[in-house]
Amino acid sequence: MDKTQNNKAWFLVLPVLLLVAFSAVLPLMTVVNYAFNDTFGQNEFFWEGLGWFEEMVTSDRLHDALGRQILFSGIILLIEVPLGIFIALNMPGKGFWGSFCLVLMALPLLIPFNVVGTIWQIFGRVDIGLLGHGLAALGIDYNYTNDPIDAWVTLIVMDVWHWTSLVALLAYAGLQSIPQAYYQAARIDQATRWSVFRYIELPKMKGVLLIAVLLRFMDSFMIYTEPFVLTGGGPGNSTTFLSIDLAKMATGQFDLGPAAAFSLMYFCVILLISWVFYTAMTNLDREENR
Amino acid sequence: MRSKSSTIVMAVYILCLLIPIYWLINMSLKTNSEITSTFSLWPQTFTLQNYVTILTDPSWYMGYVNSLIYVTMNVVISLTVALPAAYAFSRYNFMGDKHLFFWLLTNRMAPPAVFALPFFQLYSSVGLFDTHIAIALAHCLFNVPLAVWILEGFMRGVPKEIDETAYIDGYSFPKFFVKIFMPLIASGIGVAAFFCFMFSWVELLLSRTLATVNAKSIAATMTRTVSASGMDWGVLAAAGVLTIVPGALVIYFVRNYIAKGFALGRV
Repeated sequence: MDKTQNNKAWFLVLPVLLLVAFSAVLPLMTVVNYAFNDTFGQNEFFWEGLGWFEEMVTSDRLHDALGRQILFSGIILLIEVPLGIFIALNMPGKGFWGSFCLVLMALPLLIPFNVVGTIWQIFGRVDIGLLGHGLAALGIDYNYTNDPIDAWVTLIVMDVWHWTSLVALLAYAGLQSIPQAYYQAARIDQATRWSVFRYIELPKMKGVLLIAVLLRFMDSFMIYTEPFVLTGGGPGNSTTFLSIDLAKMATGQFDLGPAAAFSLMYFCVILLISWVFYTAMTNLDREENR
Repeated sequence: MRSKSSTIVMAVYILCLLIPIYWLINMSLKTNSEITSTFSLWPQTFTLQNYVTILTDPSWYMGYVNSLIYVTMNVVISLTVALPAAYAFSRYNFMGDKHLFFWLLTNRMAPPAVFALPFFQLYSSVGLFDTHIAIALAHCLFNVPLAVWILEGFMRGVPKEIDETAYIDGYSFPKFFVKIFMPLIASGIGVAAFFCFMFSWVELLLSRTLATVNAKSIAATMTRTVSASGMDWGVLAAAGVLTIVPGALVIYFVRNYIAKGFALGRV
């Protein structure tokens, strides 16, 4: 849609601007303040310069947490996106069964994050959980509270359980917008199922899939509650992701300086990646409108 | 047209989604001694005691009340400020609009862990700590950008000619907006409200940091169920089931728009 040039539109945006400034910019400035200063309480600050940043950049703790975070986000994207597309391709069309599937599939998305953790805690425990008990009965040595590998597998299965539906719903919405004429033309050309998917369905889903990947990447990159409830970052440090490490440092140990420096760098990484996705998205929009 | 294999795939998938939820419900209907002593696929001694505990103990049910209060406040605030902004983004080009839009997006993507501590200090210093409005405002951090995005997507679908016709007919802007435009995007407003509700409802970190007693949310209450006799699994499970109920109820009303909402109105 072509839009009118009108700078008075700023007045309409002003409430949002003020509100978000209050809840985002002000706190962020506090973080910046902590990042460059040292404090012993009573609001006395000593200039620290880039000291905290140097400390955090060279700390193994941060490197490990970042490595685990990237591995985690990578694995769940690799599983959830193809699985989500596969589910969407198999979903029934409109009508009762379509709505039925939609509602049931969306159910995990609406469960509070900590309850998701609780569900899997109860489900996975060896003594009371169906999953833990079942695996033990099959003779598999499974215990997510002691074994790092088991903890990882449980977290990944939990995330796939929780969020695959989101990718599936988005892909489904993309599929619904493809006109039937495309499929008819493909049938006349005797296209195989694979080439229908590759040349008709996939390009049409590109936009929504980009959003799906963006949302999943961002949310998994700041995942906090589910691992916090399920494993508490353990066993050891094996499931301590960036957010958990940060919250531990800031609200647990009150290491404000390092935590603030950590926050700022964390935020910059997110900012950079958001920017890449956003540019890709707006370019896609422009191409479609041409 | 749909083949048999599709039905099987869907059935298996939905079954996998439902089994953990079933297990939670199963646990909530058992007594604690049964949970720890015997393993069974369904409750042997059926009991509603866990639910009774929650609904009669103020420290439990006030959690739900507090959560509902701040979630409602958050939805109202978010929508009120997001509606005009979304209209501006969907209709006008103005200086810095692209940058502003991107800046809003980054707030949706900002990890709450980064903001937890500054929020705590900011709200303590202005005397808002442990109040409902503090949590509602804090949740605006990610809900306002989300609401703007969703609403902008829906508003794009309304042709601009409608605005112009209304102005020619002598409507003032506020009157046009409330009387003509808002009914046109009613479904969009519903979806945005639903998403704000949902993300505020499921959030734990900020609500736990910003409240201790008076505005303590159900999510925070649930993280402290370790009693002297070990974990109170039955009550924990029952509390979990009760948190799913509101979501399950509202999802039915927006079932046809869920995907569009998740795609930020951009399908």
